[in-house]
Amino acid sequence: MRPWARSAAWSAAIAALLAVVVVVSAAIGPVRIPPETVVKSVLNALAVPSGIEASASGVGPLPVPGVGPLTLPGVDLAFASPFAFPVDSVHQRIVVGVRLPRILLAALVGFALAAAGTVMQGFFRNPMADPSIIGVSSGAAVGAVAFIVFPAALSATVALPLVGPVEVALSRGAGTSLFAFVGALVAAFGVYAIATRNGRTPVATLLLAGVAVQTFLGAVVSYLQLQAGESLRQIVAWLMGHLSGAAWSEVAVTAAVVPPLFLLLLAYARDLNVLLLGEEEARGLGIAVERTKRVLLAASALVTAAGVAFAGVIGFVGLIVPHMLRLVVGPDHRTLLPTAALAGGTFLVAADTVARSAAAEYPVGIITAAVGAPFFVYLLVTREVTEL
Amino acid sequence: MSADPTVDAETTGAADAAESAAGGADGSEALPDTALSFGDAPLLSAADVAVSFGDLDVVSGVDLRVEPGSLVGLVGPNGAGKTTVLRAVTGAVEPDAGTVRLGGDPASSLSAREVGRRVASVPQTTNLSFDFRVRHVVEMGRTPHLGRFDAHGTEDDAAVDAAMAAADVERFADRSITEVSGGERQRVLLARALAQAAPLLLLDEPTASLDVHHAVETLELVREFVDGGDRGAIAAIHDLDAAARYCDEVVVIANGGVQAAGPPESVLSASAVGAAFDAEAFVGRNPATGTPAVTAFPESDADPRSVHVIGSGRSGARVVARLAAAGHEPSVGVVPEGDAAAGAAADAGATAVTAPPFEDPSPEALAAARDLAADADATLVVAADGGVAPTANGPNAEVAAAADRVVPVADDVDDAELLDAVAAASGAEPAE
Repeated sequence: MRPWARSAAWSAAIAALLAVVVVVSAAIGPVRIPPETVVKSVLNALAVPSGIEASASGVGPLPVPGVGPLTLPGVDLAFASPFAFPVDSVHQRIVVGVRLPRILLAALVGFALAAAGTVMQGFFRNPMADPSIIGVSSGAAVGAVAFIVFPAALSATVALPLVGPVEVALSRGAGTSLFAFVGALVAAFGVYAIATRNGRTPVATLLLAGVAVQTFLGAVVSYLQLQAGESLRQIVAWLMGHLSGAAWSEVAVTAAVVPPLFLLLLAYARDLNVLLLGEEEARGLGIAVERTKRVLLAASALVTAAGVAFAGVIGFVGLIVPHMLRLVVGPDHRTLLPTAALAGGTFLVAADTVARSAAAEYPVGIITAAVGAPFFVYLLVTREVTEL
Repeated sequence: MSADPTVDAETTGAADAAESAAGGADGSEALPDTALSFGDAPLLSAADVAVSFGDLDVVSGVDLRVEPGSLVGLVGPNGAGKTTVLRAVTGAVEPDAGTVRLGGDPASSLSAREVGRRVASVPQTTNLSFDFRVRHVVEMGRTPHLGRFDAHGTEDDAAVDAAMAAADVERFADRSITEVSGGERQRVLLARALAQAAPLLLLDEPTASLDVHHAVETLELVREFVDGGDRGAIAAIHDLDAAARYCDEVVVIANGGVQAAGPPESVLSASAVGAAFDAEAFVGRNPATGTPAVTAFPESDADPRSVHVIGSGRSGARVVARLAAAGHEPSVGVVPEGDAAAGAAADAGATAVTAPPFEDPSPEALAAARDLAADADATLVVAADGGVAPTANGPNAEVAAAADRVVPVADDVDDAELLDAVAAASGAEPAE
């Protein structure tokens, strides 16, 4: 079978598994909802564009020379729902309003972390690498924790470049996510800058710079926790990773960031294969190594940042999922990258379902770590890990 | 001369590659066709290249040329910079000075992809720790020919098939690269480079971990690769005999630069090899191939002496060769024309007094041999294979009688005993 056809077949299979897990997960909760009701509710909520209509809000009035003030009429897409199954409206609201955003956020975050983990493992030629290796997670932690501890001060800094020092109140969730995202990217860029000399970024240096930066940022987070006072509980919850309280807006933002970057990474799947041979051989085979590394690093840092911004630090998804899939589908990134990403989504949805169906809701990070750490140990014991 | 040699090559390459794949199926091991040609420009020319790592100058002033149809061997001691020179060619290290041209264009002006189409490298080994199938690794050789969104086409498949057949890796095409032996892995890398279908092949110790059969097969394959006339190769080779046997030109890299360059017969002299490798060497002829055969010995620091050798056959030849390698000035005689000892003397540039086979030597020859023995610092009487001394009777008894210091030497004398005997007989302290 051609490599991409093989990839498509595997991806379709795992996407189907993801769909099943999503439906089952949406059925589970304090209110049991039959799976067919879940499917009907989802279909009812589907909206497809059905036409264009003038909207109440327009643009203007604009001062157009010679014509006078002009108001442009606004245009809205009209949406229509193609399905109207008779479903209990409470069930409909629970599925679409409460469970689905959380499940889809879990799927997207798991997808993002596993995709970035796959790329990092290939990039570092090391099956033990994970997305946090370039400091993204610890950067996000510093950003999020700093906002939780000093919400007012940091809210003001957001407005500073835009309109000057004014009172801006970011909501807690939005502020935490924004600062986590920014912190993640700043940390990743810092690691990259430290490890780059004369336009070359040796992966060994990058790895060590990542360790150094992670250690330092860990100290910053500890310090902030000491200053936290009453918000310590929130900090701990964020650091353990959580998906509770997910909103459709968060799903939308993540969905806008992750899939396009994933497609970019997928376009580099073959280059990633060749990079596994080592940089010198990859160069000999016509890969512009340093440029490819920059693209891969930037894209996976963004993907990871988008993953951790809303959900906090969820460990082990980016480590074990690519690993398991490599055992199943082999090391070819054309198949591995999409299947690992889809499997990551599936895994996190399942883990979060466990987390929220327990007697007291646990942070999902505890579940992934509880499953992931023993698996990691298993890999260490059964595989000879000779080089980092 | 050609502004863009890749353009029409793409279309013709497909048909040729398909053809060569068909040939491969018959077992004729046709090689994937190279798509590029550069007219009169050499495939590789390096001028005055210098490379250093930090403060350490590795090589400087290196000039190299690989013309189409030729195989150039880089020889030299460990750490002399052979691999560094090859890495400078591919751009893996940036030369501090000098220019490297590939097909006439400065390598620094070419994109990585274009370099990949012009040079295919066979590294010593690969540290691929993910278990790709062998076929997949060979397919990676097509990378410089594929755009980001191109799938493998029929010409790519044909090139891969042909390369795998030529490098004899089809048998384990579906095994994991992590499960094949070091020698098999090296052949996989060769297949990958052949699939790359570049006109210049660059090999770093291509036979280092191969058995004798596959070492010869590999070098024959490289020979076949260049013998078509459009392609060339440059290989770092440790095995001097193999370099002499297969290379059109040998470049000796030692002491930070090019020590000697030219056809193997002229470059691989005992003195050049000795200087490059800090070893004593004797360069004879391989009896099976007729090409130079280099034998190295540890340095003995012997004081040079003139030594006359009475003895013939293999044992006589061996003593002459060892003495010559140690820097002594041997002579031999009287021996039959065409005797092994006479051949060794000829290879060492030493005097041999000969007589027609099965005849007694002429009085002139006998006189010449007696003079050599009389003038020598020492005269060695080397027992023939089986231990019979050549002076027991016959004309060589007269030669030995003319000598001042006669040392009998057993046919299986070891090197140290031999050199000590010469030193003792010629009045010097034995070398430690």
